[in-house]
Amino acid sequence: MCRWLCNMIRTRRFSSCPTSPYATTALLRNISFELQPGERVAVVGPNGAGKSTLFKDVAGVLDTSRGSVSIGGYEPQGHICIGYVPQRTDVDWEFPVTVSDVVMMGRASKLGLFRWPRVRDRQLVQEVLELVGLTPLAEQQIGELSGDQQQRMFIARALAQEAELMLMDEPLTGLDLPAQDDIFHILDLLRARNVTVLVATRDLNLPSSRFDRVMLFNRQLLGIGAPEQVFTPDNLRAAYGNHVQLIETEDGVLIVTDTHCDDGHSH
Amino acid sequence: MLRGMAAAVIVGIVCAIVGVYVVLRGMAFLGDALANTILPGVAAGYLIGGGARGPLFWWGIMAGVLAALGIRAVSRSARLKRDTAIGIIFAGMFALGIALISSVRSYSVDLAHFLFGDVLGVSISDLLRTGIFGGLVIILIVLFYKEFLVLSFDATFAATLRLPARVLEYLLLVLIAVAIVVSLQTVGVALMVAMLVTPAATEYLVTRRLPYMMVLAAAIAAFSGVVGLYLSFYSGIASGAAIVLTCTAIFPLVWFNQTLTRRFTANREIQ
Repeated sequence: MCRWLCNMIRTRRFSSCPTSPYATTALLRNISFELQPGERVAVVGPNGAGKSTLFKDVAGVLDTSRGSVSIGGYEPQGHICIGYVPQRTDVDWEFPVTVSDVVMMGRASKLGLFRWPRVRDRQLVQEVLELVGLTPLAEQQIGELSGDQQQRMFIARALAQEAELMLMDEPLTGLDLPAQDDIFHILDLLRARNVTVLVATRDLNLPSSRFDRVMLFNRQLLGIGAPEQVFTPDNLRAAYGNHVQLIETEDGVLIVTDTHCDDGHSH
Repeated sequence: MLRGMAAAVIVGIVCAIVGVYVVLRGMAFLGDALANTILPGVAAGYLIGGGARGPLFWWGIMAGVLAALGIRAVSRSARLKRDTAIGIIFAGMFALGIALISSVRSYSVDLAHFLFGDVLGVSISDLLRTGIFGGLVIILIVLFYKEFLVLSFDATFAATLRLPARVLEYLLLVLIAVAIVVSLQTVGVALMVAMLVTPAATEYLVTRRLPYMMVLAAAIAAFSGVVGLYLSFYSGIASGAAIVLTCTAIFPLVWFNQTLTRRFTANREIQ
């Protein structure tokens, strides 16, 4: 059984935080973890924890100017096929492409330069759309999709890429419970195909039931394992600082987080 | 006149196709800057070649490639805000170009041609150069279609696919620069950005798919080229201005049409 080791030592010259473009803080510290094929791991942490940065590093997107990422012994520019599912707010929904155009983009590197999609590629795209339940919407412009349809489209794209590792950046944010269920159903299909999935989420309640393991993260790896082992009071305080309250009740410990949204209001 | 018409049509098509990426990637300012930065190169060719067309073109291509590489390098540097840096460069380069051209005794007519186009002065060899290089630009856009598409839609995804993003961005800028040089004689530097932006922006209002956006933008541009040329011929206004005015007049027509159509279908749904 193959195992992957994500081993990162990282300091960055520029912080990725938009309010301080010239900060010379170490954004991500020593991070090293192992994943099993087909595993579903939740990456949990507050806003600004660097979850997106972590994913982009693993995907080999960011310029690791002082540091290195290796996956399975290879640099990310190596053999493992990684699918990255972006936050929905990062996408230009007015771009003149249809759902099947976006899914076909997943085939771009498989096709190589100067090649056009062939019958096999079109069939694969259709299969994948079928799998995520988007076949009736295949010719819609992407701006016409609902939140969970958008998410499913990006999953389809990663499937078309034949990704072995899928990184999903807050896919459940803004989706209601039925829509979240749909996404998890598709993640089950991915598990059946042995695709390893890392899901970034701010929701502490999800991980226990839906994920194999949990990674608590805030600029550094604070714990990885079963939720009960990782969500200890000490770890949670290290991750959330003052924004977490732990209330002892008869049934156990109740975790109350006060996570600020990007525009400053709190829940 | 016929040669001018052919030049206007070719130029319209090339600029519209390249212009689709300019519009989708928000590069209108960059496109304008590129056009202005090419001027001193073309001016140098003018001085050295004594006004002959051939050297102008080659100097323009050289200047275009350098300008594309330079502008991208500048826009990536972190010290100044991107548009400030580009603004400083392009205004300075524009001034340099005008300074060079104005150093010749009887410069005003030639300067007007550089700035606003001189499509009726197109010769056979000009047309040939326009056709060949314009065709080259279109061929490269088609060859790299899916790479440019992925890069423009989702740069992060392009990186995960290991597409050579930096090379592709430079290539796109160089293609825009070549399209500009090819179009200089028809439209002129000052109005160049309109040919890149307006037909593509008009089509953006209407189409949902990129290939149609390119084809229809090219059609609008070609149509504007022909109509604009007739307009300039019969009313005596500068050809570049006439073509651009025609393109620009089409935009609000399409916009109104779209707005009315949407309101109409919305009302029907309510009923």
